Amino acid sequence: MSETRPIRVLVAKPGLDGHDRGAKVIARALRDAGMEVIYTGIRQTPEMIVEAALQEDVDAILMSILSGAHMAIFPRVVELLQQNNMDDVLVAAGGILPDEDIPAIKQLGIKGCFGPGTSTEEIITFVRENIQVDRLAAEV
Amino acid sequence: MVTLIEGESPAALRYLIELHQYTGRGHIIGVTGAPGAGKSTLVTQLVRELRRRERKVGVVAVDPSSPFSGGAILGDRIRMMELAGDPNVFIRSMASRGNLGGLSSSTRDVVRVMDAAGYDPVIIETVGTGQAEVEVMRAAQTVLVVCAPGMGDEIQAIKAGILEIADIFVVSKSDRPGSDQTVAELAMMLSLDPRRRQHDKTEPYWKIPVLKTSALKGQGLVELGDAIEQHRAYLLESGMLANRSQRQVQSEVEALVLHTVASSLKQLVSVADWQKIVEDITARTRDPYTVARELEQLLGLQPSGDS
Repeated sequence: MSETRPIRVLVAKPGLDGHDRGAKVIARALRDAGMEVIYTGIRQTPEMIVEAALQEDVDAILMSILSGAHMAIFPRVVELLQQNNMDDVLVAAGGILPDEDIPAIKQLGIKGCFGPGTSTEEIITFVRENIQVDRLAAEV
Repeated sequence: MVTLIEGESPAALRYLIELHQYTGRGHIIGVTGAPGAGKSTLVTQLVRELRRRERKVGVVAVDPSSPFSGGAILGDRIRMMELAGDPNVFIRSMASRGNLGGLSSSTRDVVRVMDAAGYDPVIIETVGTGQAEVEVMRAAQTVLVVCAPGMGDEIQAIKAGILEIADIFVVSKSDRPGSDQTVAELAMMLSLDPRRRQHDKTEPYWKIPVLKTSALKGQGLVELGDAIEQHRAYLLESGMLANRSQRQVQSEVEALVLHTVASSLKQLVSVADWQKIVEDITARTRDPYTVARELEQLLGLQPSGDS
């Protein structure tokens, strides 16, 4: 009879992007879907993202990159997550993700790639369906 | 572990019981004030000042959950980004999760975990507009109430509860015009407080300071740090620390019990049941008082008074 708690999500903008309207739209949509969202702003380094994810103990990290730096940044984030034993955190990517890079991104363990045109419903469903359920049931 | 506590899992209770003996060492500072008063910014600057004094600082930043969706945007962390990367600062964002008493119990518990982990001080930041937030402030030993100049916050401060719990007033954004006036208004309001006249001059007494800070100019933080340390010294010297702790213990137990009652009620009455109840009451075939009595009896409560 465990009450499941709200899903906690970190919305992150790594790298040098200046435009975060999309990230904010997603943050609000997730909130309206009942999730607790932490948005840490633009110009995040991989280290800052993982530190926030760790302290806030999030269930999912949604990263958006528009600048094309994804193949430099995503591997670094995944590496840091592994170092911190955070393999059970769901990671998804958004922004401008060229088709030819998507296989490589998925290879890193990033389960979802959501480029332009993705609906917020799709993202909400994806998060709900792919969260590690045992994180929510919370028994150690 | 913090997540387990927030989620109120049974495992959490075991941890909390075990940790209890390690708690009680850190200084717990509460920061409250109207939205937009500059609390997050002030807390960021305060953390920097505390780090300058080589303290290991924990921050619990509480934001309200939407009463409709249950979700929340926890927006305090983004204002504290300049603290990122410092291993001696731990920031946790919490949503109020709308539970009666729930805010108090899990926030208090998270503060305890940080305390046990050696964070000293632990800063609780919340928006001081509601009853629940006042409850949270009872979990703090030193309470800062933040007002911005010209926002009418001085009136907010007068609201019962906030005034009674404030130990230090901070007028933020004091690089803006009107800050001196706000300081004067607050000082005057404090001087009218009857408790101020009544104190026995042989006992240690805390005169509530009204401080000006400006994050923009980086001013006032050293004075604020000093005032916080002075207050802690006062609490120890006067025995008020023990006194406050005891009052907190009672209110905490009350909050825990109320929280369980609220949860039990939720479990007892399904959505369909509620629907029926609402229809009946609206159609005037039942009244809310009788319904409440019936539910109380089902919960095993003994309402006082006669029905």
